[in-house]
Amino acid sequence: MSSCWTTIQDYALRSLGIGERILPKTDITICEQAVLIGSGLIWNIYFGVIAVFFGFWFAIILAIGKNNRSAICRIPAISFIFLFRGSPLFIQFFFAYELFVLLPKLGVTIDLGFITLSAETRWLTRAWLGGLIVLFCNTAAYSAEIFYGAIRSIPSTELEAAEAYGITGWNKFWRIIWPSMLRLAWPSYTNEAIFLFHATALIFFSGFPAWRQSGDALYYASYFADKTFNPFLPYPIVAVYFISVTLIIIVVFGAANRYLNRHLDIQQRPKLKLSINLLR
Amino acid sequence: MFDACADPSSLEGTIWLMCYLTTAKHFAFYGSFIVVSVLLLCAAPLSLLFGFVATSGVRSSIWPVRLIAQGYINMVRGVPDVVFFLFVPLALDQLFEFIRHKIICSHVLEPVWRGTDFIVCKAAKLPLSTSDLWVHQLYAFILALIAFAIVFGAFAGNVLSGAMKAVPRAQTETAAAYGFSKKQVFWRILVPQMWVYAIPGLSNLWMILIKATPLLFLLGVEDIVYWARELGGSKTSLYAYPHPDWRVYYFAGLLIFYLMMTWVSGKVLAKLQLKLSHGQATMAGKELQGYSG
Repeated sequence: MSSCWTTIQDYALRSLGIGERILPKTDITICEQAVLIGSGLIWNIYFGVIAVFFGFWFAIILAIGKNNRSAICRIPAISFIFLFRGSPLFIQFFFAYELFVLLPKLGVTIDLGFITLSAETRWLTRAWLGGLIVLFCNTAAYSAEIFYGAIRSIPSTELEAAEAYGITGWNKFWRIIWPSMLRLAWPSYTNEAIFLFHATALIFFSGFPAWRQSGDALYYASYFADKTFNPFLPYPIVAVYFISVTLIIIVVFGAANRYLNRHLDIQQRPKLKLSINLLR
Repeated sequence: MFDACADPSSLEGTIWLMCYLTTAKHFAFYGSFIVVSVLLLCAAPLSLLFGFVATSGVRSSIWPVRLIAQGYINMVRGVPDVVFFLFVPLALDQLFEFIRHKIICSHVLEPVWRGTDFIVCKAAKLPLSTSDLWVHQLYAFILALIAFAIVFGAFAGNVLSGAMKAVPRAQTETAAAYGFSKKQVFWRILVPQMWVYAIPGLSNLWMILIKATPLLFLLGVEDIVYWARELGGSKTSLYAYPHPDWRVYYFAGLLIFYLMMTWVSGKVLAKLQLKLSHGQATMAGKELQGYSG
């Protein structure tokens, strides 16, 4: 037990580069596996939370763009959504990485007249920024499609009633469309958040190198599977971690779902049913 | 390939590019597109079968069967598919070798898992170390195929069990009232009727399957991602066709390939959906009726 405590002290923050530098190589204990894989989970949560948070707002802009009548708004939104929904995330990661690697050679310097900014493109080749950008665009595209569908399925009577009361423009969007859109989209959006969180496991297998062996949960799991030749321990540990986080997502999003539907009768409230239809 | 390509260093412009794109390695690259297509065509029916078996299991009256089937189709909701893609081939490989070891080398008494090693006798290795390269590649491909079938079987199980629930209860109740046995109700009423409800989910699954094929790369199969990295990496003047790092162009090519695949599939599946909706008591079917008068 006490040895496990020292393992926690050594490796709990290993994925962030804090603690013992050298990974266990021989006589690997269950405790070491669980702690290191759990430490890698920090990265999965980091990618998931940031990408979902920023992707949410971008997705709404895209959904509104796609719903707009003018082609100048609609076509870029549709193309963006098609590009990121139509191609595999795995290829997106590879492509983005190679693109980011080439960037410094192209030389990005922004001359503002009084000051010259040389944009730091080297960070883009690191997973924490480069991988995050790809995930952000990806989730934005998928969520935008969900929100677009929700906007389209708002009962037209609600919008007509709003117009009859003289609610137009920004007010109409913010007070009428926005709450209905969120409410209708929420069950699908919960699925999207779960599957995005699962997709974070891909980053370190897709071009973005793990710097100083600081990777995510699956990175450490495959490290242990390679070292011990026993896949039956690390992968189930990863599975348990991912299932627990998935359950947390369901609880949090379920609370949000209840909040969004609080004005409805209990019977009318849509349940947060997990379906994998219409997803990546 | 062509006579003109005999001396690559003297070539320039489009001829250089043409010769470059017809090297033996590039043909291996083009061949790997066939590997991906074969995987898609094998994995789709196989996972449908897995999914169907799992769905039948969920409806079974024996509770252990029900429990296992439920666990199987729900596993993909909580665990990323990549985990399975890494785990299943490795686990299966060890399982096969372990079984062969027990049968072929029953005289060896040392345990197979020794510390950080997994050692089976030489004769139990799969494939044998003496076999040709293509046997190794085929073996890796089959393991990958099984992994795909297991993961997408679970997805398909979700879709199919949802579709079975969507079949109106009145249908099965009527059948039962006419004295159909449980088995007859399942095969003659439920299964024929569920497809129309399953098609949207299965179409989506096909799209997911297409987008999952690059993961073959993780399973050690020489697929399009492998060759794109191999061919795109910068080549020094030691090579016949030296060029800087071109991986970004190769991946751009793959991106376009996948966009085309999903775009065409989307069009075809939409057509199929429309066809199947004709004469159905669903919203789409009724709309069709309305439009055609």
